[in-house]
This record gives sequence, structure tokens and C-alpha cells, in this order.
Amino acid sequence: MSAHHAIDLATGTVRELNAALHALSPDTNQTLWRVSNPRGLHAIAAGVDAPVTIEIDGPVGYYCGGMNKHASIVVNGNAGVGLAQNIMSGFVHVKGDASQSAGATGCGGMIVIDGNASARCGISMKGVDIVVKGSVGHMSAFMGQAGSLVVLGDAGEALGDSLYEAKLFVRGSVASLGADCIEKEMRDEHRALLAAKLEAAGLTGAVDIGEFRRYGSARTLYHFHVDNVSSY
Amino acid sequence: MSDPGKTPRTVPRASATFDEYTLSEIRRAAATGIYDIRGAGAKRKLPHFDDLLFLGASISRYPLEGYREKCSTEVVLGTRFAKKPITLKIPVTIAGMSFGSLSAQAKEALGRGASAMGTSTTTGDGGMTQEERQSSQTLVYQYLPSRYGMNPDDLRKADAIEIVIGQGAKPGGGGMLLGQKITERVAAMRTLPVGIDQRSACRHPDWTGPDDLEIKIEELREITDWEKPIYVKVGAARPYYDTALAVKAGADVVVVDGMQGGTAATQEVFIENVGIPTLAAVRQAAQALQDLGMHRKVQLIVSGGIRNGADVAKALALGADAVAIGTAALVALGDNDPHWEAEYQALGTTAGAYDDWHEGRDPAGITTQDPALSARLDPVAAGRRLANYLAVLTLECQTIARACGKSHVHNLEPEDLVALTIEAAAMARVPLAGTDWIPGVTGRF
Repeated sequence: MSAHHAIDLATGTVRELNAALHALSPDTNQTLWRVSNPRGLHAIAAGVDAPVTIEIDGPVGYYCGGMNKHASIVVNGNAGVGLAQNIMSGFVHVKGDASQSAGATGCGGMIVIDGNASARCGISMKGVDIVVKGSVGHMSAFMGQAGSLVVLGDAGEALGDSLYEAKLFVRGSVASLGADCIEKEMRDEHRALLAAKLEAAGLTGAVDIGEFRRYGSARTLYHFHVDNVSSY
Repeated sequence: MSDPGKTPRTVPRASATFDEYTLSEIRRAAATGIYDIRGAGAKRKLPHFDDLLFLGASISRYPLEGYREKCSTEVVLGTRFAKKPITLKIPVTIAGMSFGSLSAQAKEALGRGASAMGTSTTTGDGGMTQEERQSSQTLVYQYLPSRYGMNPDDLRKADAIEIVIGQGAKPGGGGMLLGQKITERVAAMRTLPVGIDQRSACRHPDWTGPDDLEIKIEELREITDWEKPIYVKVGAARPYYDTALAVKAGADVVVVDGMQGGTAATQEVFIENVGIPTLAAVRQAAQALQDLGMHRKVQLIVSGGIRNGADVAKALALGADAVAIGTAALVALGDNDPHWEAEYQALGTTAGAYDDWHEGRDPAGITTQDPALSARLDPVAAGRRLANYLAVLTLECQTIARACGKSHVHNLEPEDLVALTIEAAAMARVPLAGTDWIPGVTGRF
């Protein structure tokens, strides 16, 4: 059984923490890390590339878990701007709320936010799966290219504006849809996809898939045309 | 009474305001209903480095012997915070240009040419290709709003990181790569469907303003263990304040790109009407560094319309540590070469004026993803041409620096310069030639 590594950011630094995490090899046996007193510090556990679990007891600042690969990161608190931005793989779980641009440009892996996510959740997402148990703010999934955004609560204004191929599922209300984002039919393959994302987020049986509505790109803006100019 | 048939007539008079180009653009707009999109930078006549002259040596200044006495050109970038600053042998770098807008052969040629001369190349909006990493001894990885192809592995493979806030051709603008250039490989690198028009965002998705930028820089340093120099690139708009804010945010290097700097594709009206000339930007950026006590501690790279060694020397004299070239590098590779004149004519243009780079039909095989056109460019031969051109830029710059008595090109200074026009004197803050007058600085004529 591997040792449990405790890092106290009241006495140590984010640099020391990240340097230790970056030094881990893919087959490390130092797989459990616990970080205390994060106090909203920025870039905690950014750039990790190892299959380890990092539990952070308290609120984190900007870019926690940025560009994560393989690691599982749990935040027992709220997260600041750009949570797990550009995540490549692995799992990031925030047990509180997340500020704006959560999962921005994420390419893979999964982010689960127990509370609400602010504006631009999943902006320019490129393959990440994001599950928000609460609601998301305006312009979420803006220019989303790939991956899925699952919202158990409500979505703010301009959801999915200028969307490419990201798949959006919202259980509650949507304040408004952005340019070129439309509601789409929820077919069996979409129910299966949603069920898989909810299962990966540990929510199997917790919510009724039938309560969700699906949103996606109308693809009318894929080729610039002057007749669409009022959409921009 | 004179014979009406023999009355002298004035020749037809074209309007200076509604000139031939303007009239043709009005007709084009009326026919299509859409603005003109093109590549390259501002084509209008602007105050530029041509409006400056070096004074050279005289009784009070003695020159260095050409071909004998050393005039160093080495530049070290990233000395402020990076554990691994980069050293360039010449003060000329290759500006960011993407695979996607350029062919893989062109990117490889840029890497070959730059590496042969000991300088760097830069990725673009579309990620890092294996070819350019392999062919580039020193590679700067751009961190752009779109984050196409962005990943931590390539970030760590880079020798430096350039956070792009804007570019001189379009400060405040994003980009559009038309579907003709979104091939399967380009689409895969950008996680987009093949053949669609791809939009590049104008703002970063996860930070806003200088305070956020400071935190973003901290994150990138953390991810790369504080090894890489971090550049901040801005389009020349408010260079004094942008440079100061970049320094405050923790940049190692500030890149200021004037409005003559090229783009792969932007609206003509944007290119010609937004931003300020390179000449006006360089002195303001250098002044900001000097006012902060950071000149030479945070390095300044200037780009936009650099064509010859005199331009390099003038930019350095005004305070830059290095310059970057884009358009000129493409010309060195073979862009707009008269060899392809018949094909340029078929495209409705002529060699030297071809700027529809976004359409992907470049006869020279540079601004295209068409396999047959791309194959026309031999990366080895084109890389050699670029190396030759970089060598000439460096030799020319050294020639001028020696004439001014400088043992390092960085020793060139504003005091070595005078201006030919009042505008250039005001922008560069050097005296009008033959006077002591610097408009806005000294009160005397």
C-alpha cells in the first residue's frame, strides 16, 4: 500500500507541491496526495502527468488542475477561474462551486462540479466531459468543439453560442440559446451517451435521463455567408 | 473665334480620393455584399524605418573596422525569470505562423533556415507539428486564444512560450481559416470537422485583463517548472501601456507587432485601419521598459515590416533587443516569386501583390494545404534561401553598427539616428535631420 503524502500549503509552496507532483513517474507508488490549507492559491496541481489521486482540503484559486493528465483531483471546497483548463485526461471533482471558464478548452477527461459553475463553463471545450450538478452561467460551451456538458440545474443566457460539435444536455431551464445553437431530438444514442456520462460522474440512478433536453449546433455558421451576418 | 474642334482639352482627371483601387473596391463590395478578406499586413504608405537615417561616425565618434573588428549579434532572451533562457546568434527571429495557414513544407523550411543561422522559429494558431519541432533548433510555442492543438507535452517540448494577446495586422481581432485549408490533418490538430470555416477567438477563454494575465503566466510557469521564457505578444495599439502591463504581469519578453505585420487572413478594412505603425510602436515600448528600469532585463522584440539590415539596426537603435520577420521570411522562401507569374495572373493578381493567402491556392506552395501545390516547395532549398537572407540581414545590421562604432548591435542607440520627416521624428523621438528638433520633446527648431 502506498504512503499518503501530506502537503501543507500554510508552510510549503505551490511550487514545491507542483515540483513534487511533476517528478512522479507513470508507475509511481506515491499515488495518494493530500493538500491542506490551499487558501485560494493559484495553479495548485497544475500540469500533473501521473495516475495519482490528489485531495485538496479547502478552496483553490485560478487554474487548479490546469492541463491535467491522468490524475484524479478532488477539491473539498470551491474553485476559482479556469478550473482544469485544457485538461487532457483524468478526473477533477469540485465539491463546491466553480468560478468562470471551468474546463475551458479541455481536451479530455472529466470534470464534476457538485455546486454551480459560473459563466463560460466549458468554453472552447475540445473533448472534455463536464457534469455540473447545479447550474451554469452565461455563454457556457461557447465555441464548444467536442465533448459534452451535462447540467443538472439551469443554464444561463447564450448557451452554446457558435457551437461546433460539443454535445449539451440540460435538465432545467435554459435562459437563451446562443447563435447557431438549437434544441435537438434526444434519440436513443444520446440517452446512452448521457447515461454513460452520468455513470462516470457517479450519478447512475440519481437523476432521470428523461428530464434532460439536448442542444447542439445547427451548423448553419460552419461556412461564412453574408446572409448569416445578423447572427454574429 | 476659335475652331471648337481644335480647342485644347484637359486630360481626364482621376480623383485622389476615389482612386482606381477605391473605385474597384466599391464595385466589388456592391457586387458581393461582403468585405474583402486577404493576407499580409498594411499596404498603405506609412511612416517607417525608411524615414530614419544613421549618422555614422565623425570626429567625435570613431567607427569599427569592417571585416576585422568584432561586432557581436548574440541575443539572450528570458533572463528575468526563466531557468533556461534562450540564446540566439542573430537578432532576427521568425514570427509565429501556423501550420494550417502555411504548408508543412513551408514550416519545415522556416525551421531549417532559422536553425542554420542559430535563431528561433515560432508556431502559430494550430499547434506544433512534429516537422517544425524537428527542424527548429529553437522553437517558440504560441499560446493563443483558440488553444488549437494546445497540450502540456508540446508546451514542455518548446524552448519558450509566447502568449499571444494580439497581432499588428489586427489588434483586437480573431481569425478565420477558410474551409479550403481545413484538411483532415489540420482539422484533427484543431479538433474540428474537415472543411468548415474555422474561427479563431479574439480573446483568451480563461483570463481577462492584466491581473488575470499575471496568474496565467504563473500557471504556465508552474506547468513547465519555471524553465521556459514566457513572451507576451501584443499588436501595436497602446504599446507604452501594454508593455508596462506585460512587465507587471511577469513577462520575460515583450513582443510588439506593428500594423505592417502580416496575417494569414483578415478583413482588409481591419488591416489598413486598426493599429499603429511599427515605427510609432517601438520607441513607446522601449520607453515603457526604460521608465520601469526593465530595459534589457525584459527583452523587447519588434516586428512588422522588417525588410533589410537597416530596418533591423533601426529597430535595435530605438530600443529593441531583436526583431521578428514573417512576410519577408515567406518571400525568402519563394512567396510571390515572379517565377509563378503566369499562375498569379490566372488568379487575377500578379507576383508581388498576391495576398489571397486564405484561399489556399498559392502557386509557390507556401500558404496552402493543397498537396500538389505544397510539393512545389523544397524545404531544404527554401530553408537555404531563408538562411541566406537572414545572413544578409545580420551582415547589413553589423555594417551599420560598425559605422556607428558599436561592438555589439545592442549598443546602437537613438542618438545614432535622425529623421527625414517631422512625423518620423515625432514617432521615433529622434531629431529631424539637420536640426536639434524632436517634435513633442524639444522646443527648438
